[in-house]
Amino acid sequence: MHQPRTIFEKIWDEHVVKRAPGYPDVLFIDRHYIHEVTSPQAFDGLRRRGIGVFNTQRTTATADHNVPTKDQHLPIKEALSRHQVETLRANCREFGIALYDLGHPFQGIVHIIGPELGFTLPGMTVVCGDSHTSTHGAFGSIAFGIGTSEVEQVLATQCVLQSRPKTMRIEINGPLDKGVVSKDIILYIIAQMSASGATGYFVEYAGDTIRSLSMEARMTICNMSIEMGARGGLIAPDEKTFAYIRGRRFAPAGAAFEAAVARWRHLVSDEGAVYDQVLQVDARAITPMITYGTNPGMGMGISDRIPTVEELKEISEQASFTKSLEYMGLAPGQPLLGKPIDYVFIGSCTNARIEDLRLVASVVKGKRKAAHVEVWVIPGSKQVEAQAREEGLDRIFEEAGFELRGPGCSACLGMNEDKVPAGKYCVSTSNRNFEGRQGPRSRTFLASPLTAASAAITGTVSDIRDLLG
Amino acid sequence: MKEKFTTLTSTAVPLPIENIDTDQIIPARFLKATTREGFGDNLFRDWRYEGNDAPRAGFVLNDARYGGRILLAGKNFGCGSSREHAAWAIYDYGFRVVVSSFFADIFKNNALNNGLLPVVVSDGFLRAALQAVTENPATELVVNLEQQFIQLGAHREVFDINTYKKTCLLNGYDDIDYLLSLHDEIRKFDVAHP
Ligand code: SF4
Repeated sequence: MHQPRTIFEKIWDEHVVKRAPGYPDVLFIDRHYIHEVTSPQAFDGLRRRGIGVFNTQRTTATADHNVPTKDQHLPIKEALSRHQVETLRANCREFGIALYDLGHPFQGIVHIIGPELGFTLPGMTVVCGDSHTSTHGAFGSIAFGIGTSEVEQVLATQCVLQSRPKTMRIEINGPLDKGVVSKDIILYIIAQMSASGATGYFVEYAGDTIRSLSMEARMTICNMSIEMGARGGLIAPDEKTFAYIRGRRFAPAGAAFEAAVARWRHLVSDEGAVYDQVLQVDARAITPMITYGTNPGMGMGISDRIPTVEELKEISEQASFTKSLEYMGLAPGQPLLGKPIDYVFIGSCTNARIEDLRLVASVVKGKRKAAHVEVWVIPGSKQVEAQAREEGLDRIFEEAGFELRGPGCSACLGMNEDKVPAGKYCVSTSNRNFEGRQGPRSRTFLASPLTAASAAITGTVSDIRDLLG
Repeated sequence: MKEKFTTLTSTAVPLPIENIDTDQIIPARFLKATTREGFGDNLFRDWRYEGNDAPRAGFVLNDARYGGRILLAGKNFGCGSSREHAAWAIYDYGFRVVVSSFFADIFKNNALNNGLLPVVVSDGFLRAALQAVTENPATELVVNLEQQFIQLGAHREVFDINTYKKTCLLNGYDDIDYLLSLHDEIRKFDVAHP
């Protein structure tokens, strides 16, 4: 009789090439994604050592972090960005790696195209030089972000050295209220956990609320696992997972698919499996969420007020809290409802899939954005963009005064020209509200696509439930 | 081969802020280089400089009284992105040790992979060190990797580090050397797991 194991332990154990006392595990990586920002120094390392890529079939590249979202068919204007994308091209050519370059129908944000193309599958280990690699955990895989030295390790040996993290189970049960979507669930959990509460852990999300979510909504949850410090987060695969994968471009097909599904069905945590920590969440307690501070743990219900200094759990947090609110131009104890905003960003690997765009369109259809607000809709991939146009979402956005652009990371991290100006407020569907994240001195309110749509229409932080009637 | 780390006696720079994220350490717009060098110039860019590139008064790196090869920072240092540029920037600026009561996981790995030693201390030690250094910038700390301790005056605290990582730092080895030595085993594994 085997000891009961969690799904995480099953996948991890199966990928350990070598385990030795005092050493981190040598973990084999099934799927590796790369992009232009965190890979050039890794390729340089290979060249310096005079070695090639261990298995070119296991790495896929795209250009996303600093590509322009306008006029993508033209050469990139900004010299440094252009150089970085050209370096990626040259490296992929030299080392024989498939690249979905600007203009390719499969190009897009790395964490959007991986699942979309059927590269990410249950039971896999997945890494990328990007912390939101945790997104891929929605398929029941161990997916986590790595640094550039580790990118080099994977290119050279298809392995990384990792100490096994502790395990945490977060169980979410109960129905979701009107206007509450998966982004609100994860913002709620992070607000409970704080920005560091899950550091050292790998999270498994479970419970009937999670089961009720679509694959795209599950990706939003796993995506933000890193924002509470977790190494990653996963969800055991089920029929929805298999249905999503079936027929995807690079997924197994025919008999191979059926055989794979039979294997994937074993990817569940055993009855009696032990976690280092377990957390229960009542979905009924979750309302539409918004962040008020400069880390994703500083979030609250949309109609709540910002805590006062006295309400903080730890005295040591006071200085950082005060600094954070000063940056945001907000006061302790203040409510956010009605606060005028300047920008709305609908995009990023958290919320730029087709369902997100549909959600936004469902709210804004036949309405017009507030005159003083600028709204950017940046699809997660070329395929999402094409689908949105096919469904006529582009016309709905246009009538609302929103600008639908080409895919990329865009204002999620402000590496290209899409930056929120200093001092301006942006309601954003992305994942980080750090100081300057969306541009120097920019101020970010993280929220769901629904809440972002509501903000675009009213021009203020507003409660989507009012619009839904 | 990386630079070896054995022991360091140095003054320190106090930065008593919690949740210092990688976007503060090195903002995204400075990640466009394709080499590892030169990031130190933009370390803590938006805290260090005004919008017009003039040094911001009051930020500790612009305060001539403070300096040294040790950075003392608040809890949850290095949270956020996986950008190794954060570790490169700190190293390139001249730091060899970051002391905090808590580090984000990916940052810790990145630091170790670049010869930058993250030292986890108790809240009490951190508070004492921040206070001592802030009040007297000439205060020196000793960091001894071999024996795994950090010392402030008479106050000595032992810190944890993975044995393998310790060996790497002491000898200047890196992970790829080790992984490449396992090439045949990995190849077998790769073939068996299509
Ligand atoms: S969209 Fe944002 S979070 Fe996602 S990969 Fe791009 S920069 Fe990172």
